[in-house]
Amino acid sequence: MNDCSQIEIDQELQADKKIVLAGNPNVGKSIFFNYLTGIYVSVSNYPGTTLDISSGKMGDAVVFDTPGVYGVGSINDEERVARDFIMSADIIINVVDASHLERDLFLTQQLLDMDKTMIVALNMMDEVEKNNISIDIDALEAELGVPVIPTTAAKNRGLDKVKHAVDKARKGNSIFNNGQAENHAQAFKNIKEEFRELNKKTANTADTLMLLEEDENIRCQYDSLASISDYREEIYTARRQRVDQITAEVLSYDQESGQLARKIGAYMLKPVTAVPLLLVLLYLIYQFIGVFVAQTVVGITEEMIFVETYEPFMRGIISSTIGLDNFIGELLAGEYGILTMAVTYIFGLLLPLVAGFYFLLSILEDSGYLPRIAVLMDRMLQKIGLNGRAIIPMLLGFGCVTMATITTRLLGTKRERIIAIFLLGLAIPCSAQLGVIAGLIAQLDLFYVIVYVLAIFAVYVLAGTFLNKVLPGESSDLLIDLPPIRLPDLKNVLSKTYQQTVAFVKEAGPIFVLGAALITVMEATGLLALITRAAEPVTVNWLGLPAEAATAFVMGIIRRDFGAAGLTAIALSPAQITVALITLTLFVPCIAAMMIMVKERNFKEAVYIWFGSWITAFITGGLVNLLIF
Amino acid sequence: MTLVDMKNGHKFIIDKIDDKQTRLQALRFGISEGSEIECAGSMPGGPVILKKNLQEIAIGRRTAEKISVKKKGMV
Repeated sequence: MNDCSQIEIDQELQADKKIVLAGNPNVGKSIFFNYLTGIYVSVSNYPGTTLDISSGKMGDAVVFDTPGVYGVGSINDEERVARDFIMSADIIINVVDASHLERDLFLTQQLLDMDKTMIVALNMMDEVEKNNISIDIDALEAELGVPVIPTTAAKNRGLDKVKHAVDKARKGNSIFNNGQAENHAQAFKNIKEEFRELNKKTANTADTLMLLEEDENIRCQYDSLASISDYREEIYTARRQRVDQITAEVLSYDQESGQLARKIGAYMLKPVTAVPLLLVLLYLIYQFIGVFVAQTVVGITEEMIFVETYEPFMRGIISSTIGLDNFIGELLAGEYGILTMAVTYIFGLLLPLVAGFYFLLSILEDSGYLPRIAVLMDRMLQKIGLNGRAIIPMLLGFGCVTMATITTRLLGTKRERIIAIFLLGLAIPCSAQLGVIAGLIAQLDLFYVIVYVLAIFAVYVLAGTFLNKVLPGESSDLLIDLPPIRLPDLKNVLSKTYQQTVAFVKEAGPIFVLGAALITVMEATGLLALITRAAEPVTVNWLGLPAEAATAFVMGIIRRDFGAAGLTAIALSPAQITVALITLTLFVPCIAAMMIMVKERNFKEAVYIWFGSWITAFITGGLVNLLIF
Repeated sequence: MTLVDMKNGHKFIIDKIDDKQTRLQALRFGISEGSEIECAGSMPGGPVILKKNLQEIAIGRRTAEKISVKKKGMV
């Protein structure tokens, strides 16, 4: 990304006054957003990212909620998006976690340095009281030079005061103002001089600051300006000093205050207690997703609502209008019909699973446990070229590989994304497939189950290690903030789940429809039968399976669970079931996941992944067949 | 001495952060050369957890090895 583009905010959202909510991650910005805007909210995707920006009206002004960031810059998508909104804002409501002032005020000070008109909502005052911290709010207000309003948004305290204070927003004390000159060394005085000179040539102070902070996107908009000095580190250091000076003045702690959440947080990271806790959590996740959602809920939505009620109804309409025995009828309501199978698959099967996964993920995220799991898993994931953060797409992969592939965007480097996407496509069975696999494997002895699990795990580790060795470059290291452990707010969890689920359906839905259409075409043209026949030598001779099993593999190309389900129709010995399941699990990702991979990476890489899966699946299946049986 | 040598409960001062990106990121989180930090845990072979007042951050092993520290009181 070396273009100068900044986002174009939708025309319909252009207003006389743009109010932007800005703050670090997990400080409660969305609660403010919901309070200020009420129910008429629109969510729009920020082009080229997973990031959705909510916007809504407050009187004549439009309010935007931005992604949580620790500073304004261009380190990742979140920062670039937040930067563009912040720079175009007329008024900023900076939400600050009062129990993490030292961290949060860095962003606040940066906004002040940009000369933004703003107010500060000092949120989570309840945490501050619980932790026996005291904050001199008047002193803080005087130091910052902008209104500071104490709030506890989760308990609805102070929100109305923030709303009223928006009119009192003003510009505050920048580190480039003369007031703090005595605190800085001579070197910084020179920077200030350059800042003032440069400021005469730019459109506004925010641009000036970003130019000196080496922001490549902003710099390339000013490429006519002669050389601009690189002062990011000097400015960051001065800002950090200023923030430390402010906090030293306004904060006082009672360090020794014993506190339950803190202790729980510590237990989640002490290996002796952390491992059993994680196992209990995994068991609960399995019970919720694997048993409750995948069986009970999907049993109702997929079977009762869609297969038994919706599909016959749809087929009835099509057969009485277009007819089912022609190509269009097949395309719409045939075996892989886009109005029958695709709809059932998206809404009956995937929707409950994806919603279930996002619900759990939101709870883990809001409770502060997720970053701790990332810390626990970091060492293992480092060995396959990933870091602890990759645990999120890996967990989601068990729900839906397509959904997980989208979330690999949160990984730090291109290299990590390639590794994660390949491993997801190769060795993580999605929930739809897991359901069928569990049914087949349940009839087998423990020995076969162990062979299956070990084979998949071995391939996962070997493939990851291999990619880590051959891919050039180095993966990024873990550097994350551990938020305090807190009880998640149900309303917030539900609204996050809703937003993410809707985003998933919007993004992946059309792709499932396209995939279904593609298969109908393949079948109508005889391509499907051709592939089945061509694959026979491999299935029979190398894997030791009956010839019909080839059909199961071809089905697996379409939807992974189809493949596994295709096996139930064939009489197989336990050894054959094991080999077939291993091969199928490792086999190509479904068509929707493939299309997302093309979209997320590019066609070439997706094809590599696709053929890589073929080769890995058949080699592993054949080896297991030779070695054990 | 680097960060990886720190055990839970150790208090120390950050002496030098070699990598520029890490230095900038750490500045945002409130940790800079010269700050007083407490170690709040360390995964065997994995990340080190740092604590400054109520703020906790986890730093990957490779980065932690590049951050040198000195004991409080040492010059």
